[in-house]
Amino acid sequence: MNELAAAVPWLGKRNPTAARWLILILAIAAPLIAWQFGRSWVRILDFALLYMMLALGLNLVVGFAGLLDLGYIAFYAVGAYTFAFLASPHFEVHLPFWLVLPLGAAFAALAGIMLGFPVLRLRGDYLAIVTLGFGEIVRIFMLNLNYPVNITNGPQGIGMIDPIVLFGWDLSQNLQITEDFAINSLFLYYYAFLACVAGSILFIRRLQISRVGRAWAAMREDELAAKAIGINTRNLKLLAFALGATFGGVAGCLFGAFQGFVSPESFSLMESIAVLTMVVFGGMGNIAGAVIGAFVLALLPEILRHIAVPLQQALFGHVLLDPEVLRMLLLSLAMILMMLLRPTGLIPARARYAHPENLHRSSQP
Amino acid sequence: MKTLLEARGIGKRFGGLQALADVSLTIREGEVYGLIGPNGAGKTTFFNVLTGAYTPDGGAFAFDGGELPTGKPHRVVARGIARTFQNIRLFRELTALENVMAGHHIRTRAGIWGILTQNRHTREEERETTERAYELLRYVGIERFADTVSRHLSYGDQRRLEIARALATEPRLLALDEPAAGMNATETGRLKALIEQIRGDGVTVLLIEHDVKLVMGLCDRVAVLDFGRKIAEDVPAVVQRDEAVIKAYLGGGKHAH
Repeated sequence: MNELAAAVPWLGKRNPTAARWLILILAIAAPLIAWQFGRSWVRILDFALLYMMLALGLNLVVGFAGLLDLGYIAFYAVGAYTFAFLASPHFEVHLPFWLVLPLGAAFAALAGIMLGFPVLRLRGDYLAIVTLGFGEIVRIFMLNLNYPVNITNGPQGIGMIDPIVLFGWDLSQNLQITEDFAINSLFLYYYAFLACVAGSILFIRRLQISRVGRAWAAMREDELAAKAIGINTRNLKLLAFALGATFGGVAGCLFGAFQGFVSPESFSLMESIAVLTMVVFGGMGNIAGAVIGAFVLALLPEILRHIAVPLQQALFGHVLLDPEVLRMLLLSLAMILMMLLRPTGLIPARARYAHPENLHRSSQP
Repeated sequence: MKTLLEARGIGKRFGGLQALADVSLTIREGEVYGLIGPNGAGKTTFFNVLTGAYTPDGGAFAFDGGELPTGKPHRVVARGIARTFQNIRLFRELTALENVMAGHHIRTRAGIWGILTQNRHTREEERETTERAYELLRYVGIERFADTVSRHLSYGDQRRLEIARALATEPRLLALDEPAAGMNATETGRLKALIEQIRGDGVTVLLIEHDVKLVMGLCDRVAVLDFGRKIAEDVPAVVQRDEAVIKAYLGGGKHAH
């Protein structure tokens, strides 16, 4: 929150308290503003929040622990499919949300450890290649596990997934306040996801400023030196993979419930790259960077798509570039520009690893 | 005096190169023990084997009355051996304070649950880690740079920070790999004072060094390695007059420095 507040242009440095309130008000008011442009924009905001969770989780692996993971979306898939298996007509199982969510997180964490073990000794490019392969393996499993026993329903995916029900309150139904005033379900999801993102930020910030966060930073900066001060790099790498995957798993559960439908094509390599782009674009290794990177890169393509399609029609009379193609094009363009103009990311804040209240004030930076 | 570390017949081979051959030595508690020898004599290899970075081909270490695990750096550190590196290896993007705090990792216990809930034990431990890091920075004389990102520190201060980080692991034996390399005379003098202070506070020091004057002035006993073999081990005054040492290390009778 402090990092986010400091990232607010102009106000952040002068009046952090005001900046904090501004962020809070914007976060709460965002769907109301988006609603003015149509309900699809609220939906886009909901997805932006899911991307934020993914970016936060991947930032933990890539930014904090320095382990380049190109298959992160696999954990999102594990979470989403766990939810689909345990709360849909597919197996005729309908477990309550509160039970499925921790299970999804736990399976994702397990998948994280399964990925972690074989890659313990790998670094850099080699690690990227193996994680990339892992992501594809998970997707291909989802795609093909419909024969001889139908588990994942193959490319058709699983539909009719139960919505999120909190204490008997179904988020997929509009909340009727009075006769003629109802809160749209998209808003309910928005605030539920917002709470999840806020919780994730709190958790990750606590992890960052802790003996574990410092050990990850040490490992990222110099693995040999980290070992020489007694850091058990094997356990800490596994922990990073497992915890990062947990966030992916939770986001996956929410995605499955929100969308009501999961299929392997949502978990392609391109999605992994998109999430990684968000982390790098925002600024690796700091929480504000991941949040803002996810927000900007989830929204920007949608905004440009709404401009690009009518623009192309006006100019050429028909659509030359498909919006989906355009999205990857724009992501790449954003990355190239970023690397040229601001290689440390949109918010190049140096992450802190000590509690500010414990620091001595006398020593000046 | 009690023996703190005993190396028995340590051997290490890299392909055709016998980096260490049957090296045995004993370090007593509370002394400064020097390890010298020409370039490529196997000094740093000895460090790497001792601290678990390499697994020895033969031999074993006894530390403080028990066998020392080989090939497991974190367990060696836990037993009480810390090291610095010949070419400084700091966590470059972290501040001086955070570097030292990271060094305290192995002496802290907070688990994931404690960190997520920020329970009293975790907060207290975190506060102590910070306080201790400040103390160590003061101890090595760079407290005013606590908030400086470590790669911006001067060369001498980086060396000191690395020592502070090693001390944060609360070692009983501190192994310094050429701490005076690249330092001028004033800096070397201050380093000597620091090492004496560390020894005075009850930490045994194992020192690899090229600066003969520093070694002779500082060490209680010295071992000389040449081509992976120990050719002498005694008090500096005796080692200095040893024929084999003069031939191997001081270049056939000419006194260096």
